[in-house]
Amino acid sequence: MSTIARKKGVGAVLWDYLTTVDHKKIAHLYLISGGFFFLLGGLEALFIRIQLAKPNNDFLVGGLYNEVLTMHGTTMIFLAAMPLIFAFMNAVVPLQIGARDVAFPFLNALGFWMFFFGGLFLNCSWFLGGAPDAGWTSYASLSLDSKAHHGIDFYTLGLQISGFGTLMGGINFLVTIINMRAPGMTFMRMPMFTWATFVTSALILFAFPPLTVGLIFMMMDRLFGGNFFNPAAGGNTIIWEHLFWVFGHPEVYILVLPAFGIFSEIFATFSRKRLFGYSSMVFATVLIAFLGFMVWAHHMFTVGMGPIANAIFAVATMTIAVPTGVKIFNWLFTMWGGSIKFTTPMHYAVAFIPSFVMGGVTGVMLAAAAADYQYHDSYFVVAHFHYVIVGGVVFALLAGTHYWWPKMFGRMLNETLGKMTFWLFFIGFHLTFFIQHFLGLTGMPRRVFTYLPNQGWETGNFVSTVGAFFMAAATIILLINIVVTTAKGEKVPGDAWGDGRTLEWAIASPPPVYNFAQTPLVRGLDAFWLEKMEGKKELTPAEPLGDIHMPNSSFLPFVIAFGLFVAAFGFTYHNDAGWGLPVGILGLLITLGSMFLRSVIDDHGFHIHKEEVLELEKKEANA
Amino acid sequence: MNKGLCNWRLFSLFGMMALLLAGCGKPFLSTLQPAGEVADMQYSLMLLSTSIMVLVIVVVAIIFVYVVIRFRRRKGEENKIPKQVEGSHKLEIIWTVIPIILLLILAVPTVLTTFKLADVKAMNDKKRDKNTVVVNVRANQYWWEFEYPDYGIITSQDLVVPTNEKVYFNLIASDVKHSFWIPAVGGKMDTNTDNKNQFWLVFDQKATDKAGGVFYGKCAELCGPSHALMDFKVRPLPRDQFDAWVKKMQNAKKPVVTDPVAKEGEAIFNKSCIGCHAVTPLDKRPAQARTAPNLADFGDRERIAGILEHNEENLKKWLRDPNSVKPGNKMAGTYGHLTEEQIDALTKYLMSLKVE
Repeated sequence: MSTIARKKGVGAVLWDYLTTVDHKKIAHLYLISGGFFFLLGGLEALFIRIQLAKPNNDFLVGGLYNEVLTMHGTTMIFLAAMPLIFAFMNAVVPLQIGARDVAFPFLNALGFWMFFFGGLFLNCSWFLGGAPDAGWTSYASLSLDSKAHHGIDFYTLGLQISGFGTLMGGINFLVTIINMRAPGMTFMRMPMFTWATFVTSALILFAFPPLTVGLIFMMMDRLFGGNFFNPAAGGNTIIWEHLFWVFGHPEVYILVLPAFGIFSEIFATFSRKRLFGYSSMVFATVLIAFLGFMVWAHHMFTVGMGPIANAIFAVATMTIAVPTGVKIFNWLFTMWGGSIKFTTPMHYAVAFIPSFVMGGVTGVMLAAAAADYQYHDSYFVVAHFHYVIVGGVVFALLAGTHYWWPKMFGRMLNETLGKMTFWLFFIGFHLTFFIQHFLGLTGMPRRVFTYLPNQGWETGNFVSTVGAFFMAAATIILLINIVVTTAKGEKVPGDAWGDGRTLEWAIASPPPVYNFAQTPLVRGLDAFWLEKMEGKKELTPAEPLGDIHMPNSSFLPFVIAFGLFVAAFGFTYHNDAGWGLPVGILGLLITLGSMFLRSVIDDHGFHIHKEEVLELEKKEANA
Repeated sequence: MNKGLCNWRLFSLFGMMALLLAGCGKPFLSTLQPAGEVADMQYSLMLLSTSIMVLVIVVVAIIFVYVVIRFRRRKGEENKIPKQVEGSHKLEIIWTVIPIILLLILAVPTVLTTFKLADVKAMNDKKRDKNTVVVNVRANQYWWEFEYPDYGIITSQDLVVPTNEKVYFNLIASDVKHSFWIPAVGGKMDTNTDNKNQFWLVFDQKATDKAGGVFYGKCAELCGPSHALMDFKVRPLPRDQFDAWVKKMQNAKKPVVTDPVAKEGEAIFNKSCIGCHAVTPLDKRPAQARTAPNLADFGDRERIAGILEHNEENLKKWLRDPNSVKPGNKMAGTYGHLTEEQIDALTKYLMSLKVE
C-alpha cells in the first residue's frame, strides 16, 4: 500500500473508501451519506409542508402522509443529524487531540457501515410495501396495530443495526479521547468540541441500550409472537414510551452538545478570543448531560403518571435551563471585547444564539407540566423542537460544514454563496417555525395530514410552507457551492481561516494520512494559538521523527454490516415466505463468519518509514 | 453587516404582522381564549412563563445586539489581537443565580397547578354526589364514545355536558392510544389502551355563548391514517337544560319510522348496520361489542363522521365510500355494496333518528 497520493481510477477510489479505516475518509463517508439522507429528509419535509399549505389538500393523504412524516423524523434524527455529527467528530477530534487515528480504526469503519446499511434497510421499505407509519416515536399500540405492510419491521430492524453502529462510534471516541491525547493535552486543555464529543459519547453509551431493548421487544412482538406491549396478554404499552424516551431525551443532547462544541470553536476563532469561562463551559456540558437522563418523562406529562411524577419531572426539566443559560452568556462574552469577523460559519454561530434561545425558552414553558397539557402534541411542540434541532443542530452542522470544509478537503467553500445559503436558510427557518407556535396555541394538533377550513389555521400554515421553500433554496445553493468548490475552489494552507486556535489548523489541509509527522507537545488551551502568539509557525514536537505505525485497510467491516442487512430482510419476511428464515440465517452466518476471520487473521498494520514522511512533509511545504 | 441588520428588521416586522394576522385564534378552539377553570389556570401559567421568558430574551437580545455591532472587526483592525480573557467568577455567579430565581418563580405555581388539576377525589368517592357528572370517554379509530354511567346513556361524537361545574372524565382507548383534547376548555389527557385515566374540566357558560354553543374537540395522539379527522364536538348546556337532555335520552323509545322511504332504509339498516351501530342511547351491550358510534340522535349531530357538514349530500358521500372521507376507517367494506336507491333510503332513515 502506497501512501503517496496519485491519480487513481474511479474503481480504485471506490475500493479505497469501501475498505478504509482512516478516520478522515470515514468522515467523508459519514458526510456524504449523512448529507444524502439530509436531502431525503428535507424532501420529505417539503412534501409535508406542501400537503399542509392549504386546508383539505389532497397531495399526501392519510397513511401515505403518516409514512412521510415518520420517515422525515426518523431520517433526520438517526440518518442525517447523527451521522453528520459523526462526520465532524471523525474529521476533527483525532486532530484536535494530536492523535494519528481513533483508538479502534477497524471498529470505526464497522460503525459507519452498520449505520449505512441500517439506514439503507430502513429506506428500502419505500419500495417494499410501505414505510413505517407510526411516527418516529413509534408508540407501541399504534405500531402493533400497523399491519398493512412491514413498515414498522423495517423501523425496528433498521434502527437496531444503525444503533449498533452509533454505539460503536460512541465507545470508540470515549476510548480515543481518554487514551490518545498528545503529551500535555490534559482534560482541561481539550478544545470544547472534543469535550462535547467526549460527553456525547458517554451519553450514547448509556442512552442507546434502552432504545435497543425497546426495539428488540417490538421486534419480538411483531415478528416472533411476543407480547411485551400487548395489554390483553399482560403486556404494557406505556413501557415502550418509557424505554423510548429514556433514550429519546438524552438523544436530544447527543445532537445538541456537539452543536454547542462546534459553535464554541467558531465563536473563539472568529472573535480571536479564547472561550470565555472555559471551565464553566466544561462543567455546564457535563451537567446538561447528567440532567439529560433525569427528565425523560416530561415527554409523557399527559400519559397519566400522576401529579407527583409530573411535578418532579417538571422541576428537573427546568433546572437544565441553568447550565444552558450559562453557555449562552459565555458565548456572548467570548465575543465581548473580541474582534469579530463575519465569515459564513460565524453567521450561523451568531444567528444560533437568538434562534436557540427561542427554542430554549419554549422548552422551559413546556416543562411547566400543567401548561404542557395544552402544548403537548400540538404544533407548539413542533415549533419548539424544530427551533432546538434546526436552530441549534442544523445551524451547527451547516456552520461546521463551512468551517471545517477547507480542513477536510483542502479547498475553501465560496463565501458569497455561503452567505446566500445562510440568509435564505435563516429567514426560511424562522418563517417556517415561528408561526407554528401560534398554530399550536390556537388548537392545531401535530401529525395531522390535513385540517378543515375556518379553524383559523390557513394563514399560519401557508406562511410556514413558504418558509420551507426558502430553506430548500438555501440547500440547493449549498450544493452548487460544493460542486463549484470541488471543481475549482481556492486551495488553502493549514491554517485556512488564519485565526485557527486548535491543533487541527497546525497541519496541512487536507491532513496527510498520518496526521502529525511528529506528535505535538501541548502547552495549554488553544495550543496552536499559543505557538502562533510566540511567533512560531509550527507546533513543538513531543517526539523525534520516526517510522509511523498505521492500520491496514479492511473489507471486513463492510461485509459484517452487509450480513446484518441480509439477515434483517430474512427475518422481516420469515412469517410470510419460506425463504425468510434461511436468508436470515445466511445473513447472520456472513456476519459471524467475517467476525471469525477478523479474530483469527493476524493484522499488525504497516509502517510509513521516516524517509517517506520527510518526503511528504517537504512536498507539502513546497505546495 | 448593514444588509444583515436590514434583513433582521424586515424579519421582525414580518413576524409581528403574522402575529396580528393569527390573532388569538377561534373562541371555540383556541387555548388563548380559555373557556373554563382548567384552561384559565393553564392560561395564567402560560402567561407567567411567557413573561419570564420574554424577560430572558430581552436581556440576551440587548447584550447580543451590542456585542455584534460594537465588536466587529473593522477596516484597519486586521492584525488586532484582543485581550485573551479567561472568564469572570462574578459574572458566572450572576448568570447562574438569577435564572435559578426565575425558575423558582415559575416552578411553584407549576407544581401547585399540576396537583390541583389532578384532583379527582370527588369522582371516586364511594358516596358520590348524585349531581357530579361523570363521563366515560372511549376513544376508537376514529370516533369517540361518551357514556354517562350514572344515567345509563350512551352517545357518540357529540359530547353534552353541564356548564359552570366540574365535569369528571374516565378516559380509555379500545384499539390504539388516542388523546382527548378540547383546546379552549383545557389541556389534553391520553386515552391509553392499558389503563383508565381520570381528569376534570369546567365549561364556562359565558365562553360557551361566545363560542356559539359548541367547542371543538380533537384527538391529539397519532392514531393511524385518519388521526387528523378524529374530531368531536362539545355542546355545554346550562344545568336545567342538561338535566332535560338526560331525561330525554333516558326515555328515548325505539325510533318509530313512518315515511315509506325511511322504512325501507330501516330495513337495510337492520340487515347491514345494526350489528355494530345502536340506535338507542340505552345500549346495554358491553364496550367490546359496541364497535361503532351510537346513532340514537344522529339526526341532531353537528357533523357527519365527525368532520363533514351535517347534510344528506355528505351522508350519502360517506355511505358510498367511507374511505374517501376517512382513510383507514373500520366501517369501509363491512356492509357490501349499496345501490344509490338504498343509500337514499338509508340516508332518509338515519336523518330521521332524533331523540324527542
